[in-house]
Amino acid sequence: MLIVALLVIAMIAVARGAVSVSLGGVIDALRGRGDPTAIAIVRDLRLPRVVLGALVGAGLGASGAALQGALRNPLAEPYLLGVSGGAAVGAVIAFAVGVSSDAMITLAAFAGGIAAVFVALAVARIGGRSTRADVRTLLIAGVIVGAFANAAIMVALARAEPNTMRGALWWMMGSAADATWRRVAWLAASILLAGGALVYWAREIDVLSLGEDTAASLGVDAERSGRRVFLLAALLAAATVSAAGLIGFVGLVVPHIARRMGLRAHRPLVIAAGLIGATLVVAADLAARTIAAPTELPLGAITALLGVPFFLVQLRRTS
Amino acid sequence: MIELKDLVVSYPGARLNAVDGVSFVSARGKLTALAGPNGSGKSSIVKALLRRADIPRGSAAIDGRDVRSLSYAELARSVAVVPQREEAAFPVQVREYVFLGRYPHLGLWRAPSNEDELAVDEALSQAGVEDLAGRDTDALSGGEWQRVRIARALAQKCPALVLDEPTTFLDVAHEMAIFELMSSLARSGLAVLLVSHQLNLVARFADTIVLLDRGKVATSGSPTEVMRADRLESIYGWPVVVTRDPAVGAPVLVPLRRPFQL
Repeated sequence: MLIVALLVIAMIAVARGAVSVSLGGVIDALRGRGDPTAIAIVRDLRLPRVVLGALVGAGLGASGAALQGALRNPLAEPYLLGVSGGAAVGAVIAFAVGVSSDAMITLAAFAGGIAAVFVALAVARIGGRSTRADVRTLLIAGVIVGAFANAAIMVALARAEPNTMRGALWWMMGSAADATWRRVAWLAASILLAGGALVYWAREIDVLSLGEDTAASLGVDAERSGRRVFLLAALLAAATVSAAGLIGFVGLVVPHIARRMGLRAHRPLVIAAGLIGATLVVAADLAARTIAAPTELPLGAITALLGVPFFLVQLRRTS
Repeated sequence: MIELKDLVVSYPGARLNAVDGVSFVSARGKLTALAGPNGSGKSSIVKALLRRADIPRGSAAIDGRDVRSLSYAELARSVAVVPQREEAAFPVQVREYVFLGRYPHLGLWRAPSNEDELAVDEALSQAGVEDLAGRDTDALSGGEWQRVRIARALAQKCPALVLDEPTTFLDVAHEMAIFELMSSLARSGLAVLLVSHQLNLVARFADTIVLLDRGKVATSGSPTEVMRADRLESIYGWPVVVTRDPAVGAPVLVPLRRPFQL
């Protein structure tokens, strides 16, 4: 059902836009038949963008589901780990030193995101009482690293040139507009790898969600396993940030939708969260392209506008 | 059988060892109680049994095998522990929750077999929570939740069971129910090690009491041997008398009043 929903919304997203193509036209174009303009629009413009959006959503959804379980916190989401801040810092630094190549900036963002995670891990280790970093300290450390990164961005932007500013803003707002097949392939590979690993270790997340002592009593090395989930989730988030900038609230909201559908064990939960996240981001990107056309709205703003009210309703229902 | 030999547990940066040369045996078919003032090392012993604390000296063994020589999964198949605290963030159905006790046997991918289903059914019935199987964990009372947690530990099908303060926050009836459950589990052949503050209840139910004080065994033996006013007074640093329970004759500790002073 989730797969069908994703495919339907993806078809609509490929069809609709500045130039609308009929659903039949889309199918023809995908097979390489019919109007060459339609083929170009569908194959080179819309399809990569839709696939990129779906991958970003899948990565964020799966990452959020795993993190909420492992950190035992319904408010956890990938961006709380400081990944977003770190990735943005990486991108802004790349802009600042005059890098303009797309691939290099993506790489810098990715490196920044991962670096932030390692800093958070180190901070948690210092903050914790022992040499082991417990997950709650990790969460706090992520928030602190994120705040520091934001401050660093402000300082960098305060003296930036307008061009740099625009590039940095793009990161902050999130967008699937610059989708290329290369970027899609790169993102798909990282998401399959890290997402697949999360699905592989999903039962450990079930056990981790009972707390560290209980996890230990069930034969799971809580610190190691928690750190592994944290790193994989961060990898997913960093990959999405490097491909499409900051897109908030998907990782936060999507796991709650999946849980509301009755999914409790993390293997189906992580997979479902990936599918729901993909559907949501493709729909949000469609909205971003079409609502105020020809002006394009920032995707990150759309997900936040949808996500915040949804989350408030959730919060009210549960309390 | 759980056997501690001259066990030392220390935490990085701490001046004193949390556990400083403790030896005792928690035998099969017996309820052994680990008691003592706050900070006397009870929870550190539980941590050592979970391999969550460093053991610089001595050993902790389950049925003759040192816990450090076992993998985490092997350990979880040898000793089931019900930790003191558990903050589950998301509710699950009681049966699913108890099924997590099969994780040490199932691992990451193996599908549950009949044997697993049977172990879960048995655990639910042993802990007297079959009726709750379909409920969500966040809809349980304190006493029900503790019994469900014990059921999860029983589903692990280990020869040894450790419970860390299982009756904190429970009223008299639920407290008694848990103690009766632990006693019947010991009689069924498990080695049950109970960490508890409730000296008077422990004195009625336990076969052996190990009384800790500042990381060392202050005294151990049968309830009558351990529950002596002079010893308890010096360990707890508070005037007490020990009398006899009028109903069953078990030793009872009665702390006396004294003027408040810092």
